Amino acid sequence: MIGGLFIYNHKGEVLISRVYRDDIGRNAVDAFRVNVIHARQQVRSPVTNIARTSFFHVKRSNIWLAAVTKQNVNAAMVFEFLYKMCDVMTAYFGKISEENIKNNFVLIYELLDEILDFGYPQNSETGALKTFITQTGIKSQSKEEQSQITSQVTGQIGWRREGIKYRRNELFLDVLESVNLLMSPQGQVLSAHVSGRVVMKSYLSGMPECKFGMNDKIVIDKQGKGGASEEAAAGKSGGGGGKQSIAIDDCTFHQCVRLSKFDAERSISFIPPDGECELMRYRTTKDIILPFRVIPLVREVGRTKLEVKVVIKSNFKPSLLAQKIEVRIPTPLNTSGVQVICMKGKAKYKASENAIVWKIKRMAGMKESQISAEIELLPTNDKKKWARPPISMNFEVPFAPSGLKVRYLKVFEPKLNYSDHDVIKWVRYIGRSGIYETRC
Amino acid sequence: MTDSKYFTTTKKGEIFELKAELNSDKKEKKKEAVKKVIASMTVGKDVSALFPDVVNCMQTDNLELKKLVYLYLMNYAKSQPDMAIMAVNTFVKDCEDPNPLIRALAVRTMGCIRVDKITEYLCEPLRKCLKDEDPYVRKTAAVCVAKLHDINAQLVEDQGFLDTLKDLISDSNPMVVANAVAALSEIAESHPNSNLLDLNPQSINKLLTALNECTEWGQIFILDCLANYTPRDDRESQSICERVTPRLSHANSAVVLSAVKVLMKFMEMLPKDLDYYGTLLKKLAPPLVTLLSAEPELQYVALRNINLIVQKRPEILKHEMKVFFVKYNDPIYVKLEKLDIMIRLASQANIAQVLAELKEYATEVDVDFVRKAVRAIGRCAIKVEQSAERCVSTLLDLIQTKVNYVVQEAIVVIKDIFRKYPNKYESVIATLCENLDSLDEPEARAAMIWIVGEYAERIDNADELLESFLEGFHDESTQVQLQLLTAIVKLFLKKPTETQELVQQVLSLATQDSDNPDLRDRGYIYWRLLSTDPVAAKEVVLAEKPLISEETDLIEPTLLEELICHIGTLASVYHKPPSAFVEGSRGVMHKRLPARTGSGEGTECPDVGNAAGGSAPEAAPSIIPSQGDLLGDLLNLDLAPPTTTGPTPSTSGMQMGGMDLLGGGLESLMDESEPPHVPLRTDPPQSPSPQPPSPVYTHTDYTYTDYSHTDSPPDHSSTEHSPPAELGGDIGGSPAMGAGFGAAPAVMPASLNAPVGGGLGDLFDLGGGVGMPMGAYIPPKTVWLPAMKAKGLEISGTFARRAGVIQMELVLTNKAMSVMTDFAIQFNRNSFGLAPAGPLQVLTPLGPNQTIEVSLPLSTVGPVMKMDPLNNLQVAVKNNIDVFYFSCQYPISMLFVEDGKMERQVFLATWKDIPNDNESQFQIQDCHLNSEAASNKLQGSNIFTIAKRTVEGQDMLYMSIKLSNGIWVLAELKVQAGNPNYTISLKCRAPEVSQCVFQCYEAVLKN
Repeated sequence: MIGGLFIYNHKGEVLISRVYRDDIGRNAVDAFRVNVIHARQQVRSPVTNIARTSFFHVKRSNIWLAAVTKQNVNAAMVFEFLYKMCDVMTAYFGKISEENIKNNFVLIYELLDEILDFGYPQNSETGALKTFITQTGIKSQSKEEQSQITSQVTGQIGWRREGIKYRRNELFLDVLESVNLLMSPQGQVLSAHVSGRVVMKSYLSGMPECKFGMNDKIVIDKQGKGGASEEAAAGKSGGGGGKQSIAIDDCTFHQCVRLSKFDAERSISFIPPDGECELMRYRTTKDIILPFRVIPLVREVGRTKLEVKVVIKSNFKPSLLAQKIEVRIPTPLNTSGVQVICMKGKAKYKASENAIVWKIKRMAGMKESQISAEIELLPTNDKKKWARPPISMNFEVPFAPSGLKVRYLKVFEPKLNYSDHDVIKWVRYIGRSGIYETRC
Repeated sequence: MTDSKYFTTTKKGEIFELKAELNSDKKEKKKEAVKKVIASMTVGKDVSALFPDVVNCMQTDNLELKKLVYLYLMNYAKSQPDMAIMAVNTFVKDCEDPNPLIRALAVRTMGCIRVDKITEYLCEPLRKCLKDEDPYVRKTAAVCVAKLHDINAQLVEDQGFLDTLKDLISDSNPMVVANAVAALSEIAESHPNSNLLDLNPQSINKLLTALNECTEWGQIFILDCLANYTPRDDRESQSICERVTPRLSHANSAVVLSAVKVLMKFMEMLPKDLDYYGTLLKKLAPPLVTLLSAEPELQYVALRNINLIVQKRPEILKHEMKVFFVKYNDPIYVKLEKLDIMIRLASQANIAQVLAELKEYATEVDVDFVRKAVRAIGRCAIKVEQSAERCVSTLLDLIQTKVNYVVQEAIVVIKDIFRKYPNKYESVIATLCENLDSLDEPEARAAMIWIVGEYAERIDNADELLESFLEGFHDESTQVQLQLLTAIVKLFLKKPTETQELVQQVLSLATQDSDNPDLRDRGYIYWRLLSTDPVAAKEVVLAEKPLISEETDLIEPTLLEELICHIGTLASVYHKPPSAFVEGSRGVMHKRLPARTGSGEGTECPDVGNAAGGSAPEAAPSIIPSQGDLLGDLLNLDLAPPTTTGPTPSTSGMQMGGMDLLGGGLESLMDESEPPHVPLRTDPPQSPSPQPPSPVYTHTDYTYTDYSHTDSPPDHSSTEHSPPAELGGDIGGSPAMGAGFGAAPAVMPASLNAPVGGGLGDLFDLGGGVGMPMGAYIPPKTVWLPAMKAKGLEISGTFARRAGVIQMELVLTNKAMSVMTDFAIQFNRNSFGLAPAGPLQVLTPLGPNQTIEVSLPLSTVGPVMKMDPLNNLQVAVKNNIDVFYFSCQYPISMLFVEDGKMERQVFLATWKDIPNDNESQFQIQDCHLNSEAASNKLQGSNIFTIAKRTVEGQDMLYMSIKLSNGIWVLAELKVQAGNPNYTISLKCRAPEVSQCVFQCYEAVLKN
């Protein structure tokens, strides 16, 4: 298991050092500094073995977190733990910086004592930790409070404490997707996938039992079979309004979701942590709505000139608006000058980035826009041909390119007297570009 | 909060100040002071002097302060054991505190104080805490047992904590269960054979129930523990799999990977025709793909594991090529791993896409990545024949870029493509030759030289090209030198008229001026070949090359199986067994996949190790049909030759001498065995005995190296090893040498004699002082096969005759990093038909740095072939890594049978009957035994005295010996009192054995 955990600043000075196992000595602190932080070469692996000691590290801004071990530990677990550690620290004191760590070193030691015992990760849900690691000096808790804390920390619902009360029961669902595309110059999709997340912010009283439903193809098909006639009627009357269901390649859930239930019935039921959590992640590859199409045209005029014409077409409902659109057209290294004309937005040649960057603030659906550029080249005797990197794009659209729709999120709290109808629910869809590239 | 100020105090006299503050009455001041102490401790200052003062602050109701003091205690208790006792009282008291958080804190901290005296006091509180009403205390106490076990294992056993811990597996609280499982697993690891984690269907059921309820970390502990269980049958296996699969949707990648580990392992037991088996395979792909959207560090762990999974079960991810395409901003470690997997998944169906990608990558910036991409293109060509043409043209495009390292890498892979598809793409040679000057890396130079040599007849100026390399011959690396030598010999054989000078030059460079034995040996071999029989030389050197394999870098199957059992862990990241990087007893246990129990096809047996074990006896058949087949058998045995699918060499009736000379000279004979068998040395007419035959020798001219196979030593020689004495003896002792060279055919200039003589002289000197251990006594063990020559396997041994059974006593030592298994042994035909009477009994895998002693009974009913020396034995030993050859000499006294006492009358008659020509006389010097003692001693080795006569103070002993093949040897030993020199006359119908028998006498009498 984890033998020790160190936090360093960018210079390699130790800010936090906690040793859990006898086989890790103080020299391990220096070994990592010398061999990794101060190493001349770029880091070639997040796992380093120095003198039979293994170091796992992650970096957050300029802070290094390193876990050390001499055993055959579960490597995935160690990294998951380091990320978790970062989350917990962020939840307690905000950004992970040298200043913040120094200011909170006592707290960090207290946390490390709690969430890692003899190198075994323990409950590290912020919700639970905040009930008893407070740093506000100890208030003598009543016996009931104490046992409540311990039962929560060790309980089946370790991520939520009991007795939460809100005057207004409210929840927000964000469906955040990033759409990735690689397209050939001829407009053929080489690869496309959406990786999405459902983030839930909940302000609900008590221990609410939630059930989340979306237009998952497997669920819809199953229901279709169950109540065939009913569904068929509904389908016919309401049909035609876009895709009914989507095929999800794979999804993973926050630990609050009952996985065995999902596996058996494909229903997503859970008691959410208070506040924000990432309920689920998913990936789809079929029937993706590609919000933009990029049509490139590159012509080499002689040896010293390139003509580039790029058309972008928006491909969604005209009533919707895409934002923060940016098209990046790479230029050869020997570019000497660029002249650009664009119909919409602003375009600039950025020599330092070897690209023409074309920005458009907003664009409605079913529109198109065009940019043309003349690129002057310096004659070179470099035989290496220009590799023509792909044209990439960034944007944000107010819908889910995968076609995912939230069908419902039902809340039941049998002990308290509020019902599903009393909960105010908000849903928002944001589609962003991931790696969205068209080869030219 | 401004705690950062504590980090900045660097004044002198700080300790005194702190001391004062720690003893202050004000609580706040105390707390401040302790914080300062902790800050100093963190940055590495020694604040142990404050120990008593800090411990004094322990008695407080301020939990925060208490925790800080505990932290301090954990750090310094070991260095101040006596004072640490001061804290015991508070701990014991705290363990009784009404607040469960304080009870837990106390028991948690106490376990971290590694002072013997404290552990004594720990037992009682721990016992209480293990049964505490509060689950938070119980889960902390469970881990504390593991801590205590680490300090004093005996104490834990004596106090019965292990049983209490086992009981906690049935606890109602899932987190207590998880921690108990973690603690037990750890303790069990240091007791590999204990039945501590007594896993049975009931306890497994409990674990599976807890799995659904505990934290993500607890799920990992439980899944990792489940992976150690072996289900009883396929039904149980399936039911566990069914309950584990939901974990594949967990957001925590470690939970997913641990679940994958359990499934991969238990899947082995499912019959393949089961529907569920197919379902399970399909369920595994999506979560593995999802892991690639995690943070880069986790992606790296996932990719290293996927690399293993793809090797074990390629079907899982065969349709998922695209997800391994490299993204522009992936960290370099992720890029390199993805590339590896892409090559593995490349197939005819996706090759076009893969090639397009690889071509993109080859224009990136990172040198390592680009190199790997170029190599990958070459691998694609070799793997998917249909794509070869496209790959070659892509590589040519890349060569046109003139980027130095791209060009070099491309040439290295094109060489492999030529090997795989001979006479297909030679049109590109001209382009390659243009880049000759830019090559500065040995591997690329060697590849280019190989190409020039191989296609010398098509390259007009091949001689000039090769000559240009020759100028700096001694500055080149060995790889290049060897290649150059071979290439020039090839050139000479193809264009003999113009290149005589060149070949002379290179041969003398290699044999005279080089210190490298490999190079010198190879030089001599060519020299001999060319001088004796150019036609044979042609057959050897220009022989058709065997095919090269499609896959590279495959992890050897037993290791792969072990690593599959370690999915998710460091071992799977390093691709090394835990024993390679974990100290002490932990992790030495080798995990294996379970065997399929169901009705599934028997052919696809998952347990390759067992399969090998089963076939091992066949490795040592008593009949070795011919020399060629000896190699052939071993090759077939070799379950997974890492790179080659070498064809079985065809048998050949021709025999060759000079095997000993070849020993160690050629690299990796087995990697590239080739069929031709040609005499290397012609028999001199005056040879006293028939030409001793030797095993087949296969010629290789290019070492097709296995790219970056994890940790195999660079030494590729798997040729026969022979001790230096033999080398010298063989060459020097054979009058054929001079004659052979003297009668060199016309192609060889006469001036060659001089250098050869010199060279042989060197070799002969080597033979000097090394004596050959002989005798009926058991000679001391000598190293037969040094680890250097056998990829880390060292074999030493000796022979003994015990109760009429000849034993070959071997000591196998594994000096490599990886585990060795699947040992088998085989002998070449030999003078007395020695053959293993059973398989080599190495039942357990041989771990790194392990040694095993094996006794191999031998029979004398094997095929017979006369060896030189007569008692020479050529042995092939195979393991999971390779086949190794060595030769050793056995004392002939081993063959003296127990019923070798002749009747007196018969003795007399026989003595007379054997012609006097067959009598040979020897002197044994410096022997101080009287005739009686000598006779006794000899009898121990089955040399029987039949009669004794004393003539003029001289004892004449008449003795008889019977060899296992029925040959009788009669002896007359003259012993004169006071004279340490004995005279012995031997008479035998087969006089060849006399020399050996004499050596036995000498050895027996002198030891």
